[in-house]
Amino acid sequence: MFAFTVRRIAQGIFVMLVISFLCFTIQHQIGDPVRDIVGISVSTAEREALRDKMGLNDPFLTQYVRFLGKAVHGDVGMSFFFKKPALSVILAKAPATLELVFISSIIIIFVSIPLGIYCAINPRKILSRIIMGLSIVGVSIPVFLTAIILIYIFSVELHWLPSYGRGQLVQIGPWRTGLLTLDGWKHLILPSIALSSIMLPLFIRLIRSQMMEVLETDYIKFAWAKGLHRKRIWFVHAFKNTLLPVITVGGVQLGTMIAFTILTETVFQWQGLGFLFIEAVERADTTLLVAYLMVVGVIFVVVNTLVDIVYGLVNPMVRIQGSK
Amino acid sequence: MEHLLELQDVVIRFALRSGDLTAVDGVSFSLNRGERMGLVGESGAGKSVTGFSIIDLISKPGYISSGRILFEGKDLAGLSEEELRIIRGNRISMIFQDPMMTLNPVLTIGTQMVETLQAHRDISDEEAHGIALEKLRKVHIPSPEKRLIQYPHEFSGGMRQRIVIAIALLTDPALIIADEPTTALDVTIQAEILDLLLELCESEKTGLILITHDLAVVSQVTQKIAVMYAGKIVEMGDTTRIISQPKHPYTQGLINALPGSEHLGKRLNQIPGMMPNLMSIPPGCSFHPRCPLRVAVCAQQIPELLYYEKFSREVACHVMEQLSGGDL
Repeated sequence: MFAFTVRRIAQGIFVMLVISFLCFTIQHQIGDPVRDIVGISVSTAEREALRDKMGLNDPFLTQYVRFLGKAVHGDVGMSFFFKKPALSVILAKAPATLELVFISSIIIIFVSIPLGIYCAINPRKILSRIIMGLSIVGVSIPVFLTAIILIYIFSVELHWLPSYGRGQLVQIGPWRTGLLTLDGWKHLILPSIALSSIMLPLFIRLIRSQMMEVLETDYIKFAWAKGLHRKRIWFVHAFKNTLLPVITVGGVQLGTMIAFTILTETVFQWQGLGFLFIEAVERADTTLLVAYLMVVGVIFVVVNTLVDIVYGLVNPMVRIQGSK
Repeated sequence: MEHLLELQDVVIRFALRSGDLTAVDGVSFSLNRGERMGLVGESGAGKSVTGFSIIDLISKPGYISSGRILFEGKDLAGLSEEELRIIRGNRISMIFQDPMMTLNPVLTIGTQMVETLQAHRDISDEEAHGIALEKLRKVHIPSPEKRLIQYPHEFSGGMRQRIVIAIALLTDPALIIADEPTTALDVTIQAEILDLLLELCESEKTGLILITHDLAVVSQVTQKIAVMYAGKIVEMGDTTRIISQPKHPYTQGLINALPGSEHLGKRLNQIPGMMPNLMSIPPGCSFHPRCPLRVAVCAQQIPELLYYEKFSREVACHVMEQLSGGDL
């Protein structure tokens, strides 16, 4: 297990190197730090002098290594718009997105697993068919439409829930959380439902199809032949095997959710990473964009490494390969 | 004496979109306590389905459409799900064809053994472990204490089949149904597993239904065999008698098809044609299109499985009626 973990971490570092290289290339090609700093009223000769001073005329690789060295220390440059280090701008916004994704993940896990199992065990029941039908609808409706419909019903018509923002927040160290106030929770409900609206049906379908496949296997038939209780067969024998592919997909999807909260955050004016990203694009804030890409890259790599480790815990065959 | 198991005119159908398909058509046989019987036939003859029907584990959309299955005097078809569960794995155990697929890959051997015991008996983990160890020793698994905490992928195919046999023996069942237990194994391992199965069934007085297409396997282990063709039993009786003197033309064909030393350098005999698709079973005797001895009546009337005193066995063949009055 230890060797397995170390190898996964090494792979993660390699992936980060590739991401950083791509990010730097983007910045190198489309960004102009001199413009960011001096604006338009400075002469060409002065600009050239500044470029030399900042090392922008150095060879590409030299610049990359310098960029990498700074990035390791958490310095990916200054945001042109905020006039602050890009990383700190991003980290200040991260709690909003992470909380949103966290609540959405919980909704997805606690709704998709029971429903998926139910549909797999009773594929012919009417309720299963209704769930499967609705899940197709859910997958097909784009997030922003779901979000708008939710706002219309619960905010505009029923006045039950607020339609935008994070509500009342509490500052704990660097983390501004909405999870400690009732108002914060109220603001979280609609965005997290909207964000889970695509993944949830997807996971119900995934769990159902995986579990139905597992239920057809010989070892499940053997479990029946052993006279085990049906609950044990479904929830221990079948579900544990169903989980393996679901964990893999789930890991990738979790990363994707963090990266692509953009639509949800825009509709709900949620001051998180996705919202920040859209603003950065509009302001052509290249440094911020690159920092965002790097941060999302790190999140992806960390999440996937964790998922692989969890997978290793569930699947005994992975454990063995890792220990050799 | 009451039979351990008795099948009476069991019909198994599969509900398909194009209508019902009869996979097993009126099979009857009985098995005494401690008796070992072989169910032989080509793939699709209905032998596995018959085996699975006994504990009502036919894969959907199959179902038992009529007939009775009596086990220790009780009709299994009339039992509730829970009553059946108590019999499965407890009084009747199964051994499957492919040991690579039979054990759950994410659970340890120990878990898979203990859960079986605890599903049927109210015993502690320690007691269950003790019984599991004892059974693993019985199937000659070396250092069973270490093996209990291992996962199925850490065992070879032959070892896994031994473990499956140990699981089947856990609750000291009265009957074991083994569905092609050696087909997926190497020839050398096959012999070991068969010897083991035979030895255990004899010492524990366990009844055995051995489902196989391999006549050599049947003759090695069983006392009685039933040869199946297209969902029906065509010949049934004492194993050595049937193997040495098959009467039904199909059984004769099967035995002639076995490679033997007298045929060295010659083509192997084979039964011409294929077993009919269950969708289109020929009228009359389902074997008649392939039968070398067929007469006019074969295509019109389904032959009944009748007991022939002279051959001391049951055969379902029109020609047999003539033969039995003749010189044989």
